[in-house]
Amino acid sequence: MIAGISIYEILTLTSILFFIGVYGFITRKNLISILISLELILNASAVNFVIINKYLFPENLQGVFFSIFIIAVAAAETALAVAIIINLYRQISSVEVEDTEVMKY
Amino acid sequence: MEQIIFYLLALIMIVMAIASVSSRKMLRSVVYLLFGLIGVAGVYFLIDYNFLAAVQLTVYAGGIVVLIIFSVLLVHHMEMEMETAKKSKQILTGLSCLIGLGVFLTIMYSHEFTVVENTLTTTTAEIGMGLLSYDAGGFILPFEVISVLLLASMIGAIVIAKGVKLENEGKETVGNPQTRIENSQETEDEN
Repeated sequence: MIAGISIYEILTLTSILFFIGVYGFITRKNLISILISLELILNASAVNFVIINKYLFPENLQGVFFSIFIIAVAAAETALAVAIIINLYRQISSVEVEDTEVMKY
Repeated sequence: MEQIIFYLLALIMIVMAIASVSSRKMLRSVVYLLFGLIGVAGVYFLIDYNFLAAVQLTVYAGGIVVLIIFSVLLVHHMEMEMETAKKSKQILTGLSCLIGLGVFLTIMYSHEFTVVENTLTTTTAEIGMGLLSYDAGGFILPFEVISVLLLASMIGAIVIAKGVKLENEGKETVGNPQTRIENSQETEDEN
């Protein structure tokens, strides 16, 4: 644990990061920007898992494993999303949310 | 000392996160995201989870950010600025996010955490043993499922990004999307 830093301060930091991500997710109009906001949300939750593991149950490692799984799932999700975005750009020459009307090509 | 470093990291992370969701240039927003992710890795280093910090740096900074930069370069013009949402929508979303943050913080601060004082360090060997153990609390099954998921997403990404064949693509009209969609369906039928 970090000397002189309580668990509340770190949880406050991750909550702020999470809601910045939510804000970007709702206000952005571009698929890639939405992906970026999603990464922020996932990161905030992964940090929460690790922090709660370290401060409350230091002899266990479950939080670390969950955080590794979150990172792996995020990597898989980003690869798929980038593939979909590039394919969509080939079909309709745009990555704006409003132009995205058909999913089946 | 550690306190100062933590506050510095927190400041960097919040400023970079705000910059990355509000910047109007695509590539800059990705670079701001990169600094935010490095800040997260710094927090992992501070609480002595070195392996996790290394994973964060390699997978996020080395993999995901580069992938997003590739897609930005492929689909965007450099000077293009993104259109932003309406002012009223921005304010409304900001307000509701602040309300949600308030709810989070009130619940958090009214709860009494039983913090265990410790200075344990976790070695990579412990993490590896935990991931591969069959005993109660072992994570061998999720570990294998994740490997299958990564394989499936790799194949899926290749299939999706390949799309239609290249020789057919040249013939496609650049007109409205509807005719192009019909074209690609026809080529699919031929195949």
